[in-house]
Amino acid sequence: MINKHLPLLMDQSQKGRKSINLPEIGVEKSTLPNKKFLRESIQLPEVSQLDLIRYFTNLSSLNFSIDTNFYPLGSCTMKYNPKINEQISTFEGFSSSHPNQTDENVQGCLEVMYNLQNELAEITGLKSVSLAPLAGAQGEYAGLLIAREYHKFNGNNHKNIALIPDSAHGTNPASAAMAGLNAVTIKTTSEGDIDIEDLKEKVSKDTAVLMLTLPSTLGLFEPNILEITKIVHDHGGLVYADGANLNALLGIAKFGDLGIDICHSNLHKTFSTPHGGGGPGAGPVMVTKNLERFLPYPHVKKENESFISYTPENTIGRLNGFLGSFGILLRAYTYIRSLGSGGLKEISENAIINANYIQEKLKSHYKLTSTRYCMHETVLSASRQKENGIKALDIAKKLLDEGFHAPTMYFPLIVDEALMIEPTESESKETIDSFIDCMIMISELSSKNPEEITNAPINLPVQRLDEALAARNPILSWKKD
Amino acid sequence: MKNSPYIPATNSDQVEMLKTIGVNSFKDLLTDVPKSHLFPELKLQEMLSEPELVDYFNHLSKKNITFKKKTSFLGGGAYNHYIPSTVKAMIQRGEFLTSYTPYQPEASQGTLQVGFEFQSMITQLFEMDVCNAGMYDGPTALAEAALMACRIKKNKKILIHNSVSKKLLEVLNSYSKWQDVEIINFEDINSMNEDDYSCLLVQSPSQNGEIIDVENLSNLIHKKNGLLIQHTYPISLGLIKPPGQLNVDIATGEGQSIGVPLSFGGPYIGLLTCKKEFIRQLPGRIIGQTVDKKGKTSYALTLQTREQHIRRENATSNICTSTQLIGLMVSVYLATIGPEGLKQISETCFHRAHYFASEINKIDGFKLISNNFFNEFVIEADKNINEINNYLLSNNIESGLNISSGKKNLIMFAVTEMNNPKDIDETLSLLRRINDQ
Repeated sequence: MINKHLPLLMDQSQKGRKSINLPEIGVEKSTLPNKKFLRESIQLPEVSQLDLIRYFTNLSSLNFSIDTNFYPLGSCTMKYNPKINEQISTFEGFSSSHPNQTDENVQGCLEVMYNLQNELAEITGLKSVSLAPLAGAQGEYAGLLIAREYHKFNGNNHKNIALIPDSAHGTNPASAAMAGLNAVTIKTTSEGDIDIEDLKEKVSKDTAVLMLTLPSTLGLFEPNILEITKIVHDHGGLVYADGANLNALLGIAKFGDLGIDICHSNLHKTFSTPHGGGGPGAGPVMVTKNLERFLPYPHVKKENESFISYTPENTIGRLNGFLGSFGILLRAYTYIRSLGSGGLKEISENAIINANYIQEKLKSHYKLTSTRYCMHETVLSASRQKENGIKALDIAKKLLDEGFHAPTMYFPLIVDEALMIEPTESESKETIDSFIDCMIMISELSSKNPEEITNAPINLPVQRLDEALAARNPILSWKKD
Repeated sequence: MKNSPYIPATNSDQVEMLKTIGVNSFKDLLTDVPKSHLFPELKLQEMLSEPELVDYFNHLSKKNITFKKKTSFLGGGAYNHYIPSTVKAMIQRGEFLTSYTPYQPEASQGTLQVGFEFQSMITQLFEMDVCNAGMYDGPTALAEAALMACRIKKNKKILIHNSVSKKLLEVLNSYSKWQDVEIINFEDINSMNEDDYSCLLVQSPSQNGEIIDVENLSNLIHKKNGLLIQHTYPISLGLIKPPGQLNVDIATGEGQSIGVPLSFGGPYIGLLTCKKEFIRQLPGRIIGQTVDKKGKTSYALTLQTREQHIRRENATSNICTSTQLIGLMVSVYLATIGPEGLKQISETCFHRAHYFASEINKIDGFKLISNNFFNEFVIEADKNINEINNYLLSNNIESGLNISSGKKNLIMFAVTEMNNPKDIDETLSLLRRINDQ
C-alpha cells in the first residue's frame, strides 16, 4: 500500500504535457461568436499518459472493493459483480446506441428492457414495471408519486399521509417529503416488526400509503404482513415495499402475493450491478396491473413482434433525460439470464443460511436484537462491548485493519450500537469463518486490550480522520498553494 | 452442483452450516413467512451458460442499427464524443468498479480522492465556487437546482426561459409538482416586481443549440432579487464563457459529453455547481479535504447533515448516490484531454457544425434557422423529415433529430469531432441529391 499522499493532478501539472492526440478541425474556419461570449483560458491538469494511468491506478489500490475484500455490509448486499455483465455492457451495439434514435432502430435495446420488465414482474409478483428510476431513492419517489396520482385519479386528493416505521431507511421520509406527503411514524417492536396496535391507531381515511421494508431493516420477515396490508387496504391506502432487501426473497415469497401494491428494486444490490464507489445504480419500480397507467415514461410493450417505448396514459411523468440507466439494466438482465429460476432461488437460500450461521456463531459474543431466525442479514448490538468503552465504530475500524469492510453501523436507529451484517451468497464458508473468528477476537480484545481497538486502523493508507475539521473548514476543490 | 456459478457453498458446506444453526433443512429458517405464500412458482427465461450469454447478447446488440452506422448527427441532450482509451482502462479496475460508497474513509481513499479531483475539475471547468460529487443526470441536476433556489429564496415560483428544452421541463415538473411549485414562462422582465420569483432557468447553448446572452439575463433577474440558474453542455465550455464568468448563481450540466458512452441514455452524471454561499442547500454528496490523526492529507464525505440518512424528511433531497463511477470517467477524461484538448474539441465541434450548416443552407429546399449556435442547429426543410432521415439511414448515416412541429418540417443536427470532414461532405452530397429522389 502507498503510504504517502499522492499529489493532486493540478499539483503534478506541467505546461506542455499531454495525454492524447485529437483530430484537427479539418474544415474551413467560420467566424467565431462575439468576443463577449468567448472564453479566454481554461484551467485543467496537463499530465502525460503514463503519469495519469499511474496516478489513477495507484489511487485504486487505496480502496477496499468486492474484488479484494469481504463486505459484510448490511442492507447494501455487496455481492460479487460478475465480469460477464461488464463485458456485455461494452458491446458496441449497446454502448453506442443513442437514446434519441427511433424505436425501430433500437429494437435490441428495447428487447432487453422488455424482457427485464417481465423478469422483474415474475420475481416480485407485481405485473407492471418501469425501468426508468435511476436509483433506489428515485424508484421510491416514483412509487410514492404513483400512489399520489392513483388517489388523485380516484378523487381522493385528501389522502396525503405516508405511514413510515421508525426503523425505515432515511430515504423513505425524504422521498415522502419530496412527494408532498406528511410522514407519520409507526412504532416498531424491539425486533423491528410493525406495532399493529400503533398502525391501527394511526391509519385513517387520509392514509395514502404505508412504506415498509421487507424483510425489515432488522433482517426479519414481518410475520404479520398479511394483516398489515389488509388494514391499510381497508382504509383505501396502498402498500409500498422498499425492495432493498429483495435478496432474501428470490423464489421464497413474492411481494404481489402479500398484498403489496408497489415496490422498487435496487439492481445494484440484488441483481449484482457494481456499486462503483457510490453509483450509478438503478431502481426499477414494480406495481400491480391496475396501477400500470400511472407508471413513469418509458414503459416498453410488444406489438406484432416489435418493441415500442411509450408513455402510460396517466403517467407520473419523466424522471430523467432519457430511458433510464440502460447500461445498468443490461448488466442486471445478463445476471438474471446467467442464473434462471433455479440459480436465482439458490441466491436467497445461501444468503439466508450464511446470515443465520454468522448469527449463531456470534450470539454468545455480541448481543442479538432478536432470537428469531434472520433472513439475509443479522443485526447485532455492541452494547456489551460498550461497557468496556468499545463502540460499534471502534469495532468497525478494527475490522478494516484486519482486511474486512465494516458492517453497517448505527442503523437501524432503534438498535443501540447496531452492527448490521449481511454476508450475501457470494462468500465461501472459509471467508465467513475467518470473519467470525475476527469478530470473536475483537470482542475478546475489548475487555483485555481496548486501546488496540480504539487505535485502529493502523494498517491502512490513512488513520482515523478529523471529520469535524472537514465540515468546519470545508476544502472542496484544489486550490493553488 | 449448483446452477449458479457465483455461489461457493458446496452441499456439504450447506449441511454443516444448517447443523451448526440447529435446523434440519433450509425451510426451517423461514417460520415467519406465511405458509400459503412460501416458495411460489418462479417461471423465468431459461438459464444460459457464459458462451451462450455472449451469443445471445451479441445477437440482440446487432438488432440495433447503431452497429452498422458510418456517422451520426443525433444530439438533443446526448452527444457522440470520443472516449479515450485511458477512460476505458480505468473504469475496468475492480478496485473502483466494485467498491462501496466511501462511508469508511480509511478504506476508500482512492474513491474519495478521485471524487475530490472530480469536484476540482468541474469547478474549474464551470469557474463556479463549489460543486458536489455528482447527481443522476443533467435534467435531475437542473430540477434539484431549481428546488434549491426555492429553498434559498423561500419562494416556490420558478421562471423558465424559452431556451430550456421540453425534456428538462418535464423532469422539473415531476420533481416539483407535489411541492406546490409554480412554473411560469419568462416573458417580460420589466413587468416583474422584486421578489416575485425565486429564480430564472436558462439553457445555454439552448435547446436549439444557440448561445444565449446569459450575463444579460442574470443582471436582469438579480435586479428583481432572483437567482439565475444555467444548464449547460460541458464541451461548449472549451470555447464559450463558463457560468462563473456570467454571474450565474447555480449551474448544472449533463456530464455525458465528457467521457461517458451514449449507452442508450444512461448511466450518465449530473453536474451541479453553485456559489459558495449556497452550499448548505446543495443536495447530494460532497467530498472534503482533511487530515488524519497523524496529520496526513486525506479525504472524507463532508457536510453530511444536509443528507437524508441524518436529516430524514428535512433533508435537502432524497438522493444517496454521487454516480461515482461515472465521475471517475469524467475525471479521467478531463485529465486526459487537458485544457488544450478541450479547446480543440470544442472548436472542432463549432467549426465543423458551422461548415455543415452553411453548406446545407445553400441547398434548395433547406434553410438554416439557428443563429449564433455552438454545434447544434435547426434546419427547416421543404421535404418531410422522416423521408430525409430514412434516405440518409439507407446510406448508413444517422441523421439529426426530427423536431417538426405543426406544418414546419424541422430537423436538428449535432456535429462533434466524431463527424469527420469526409462524412460531412458525403452527407452534404446526399442531401444535394435528395431533391432528385
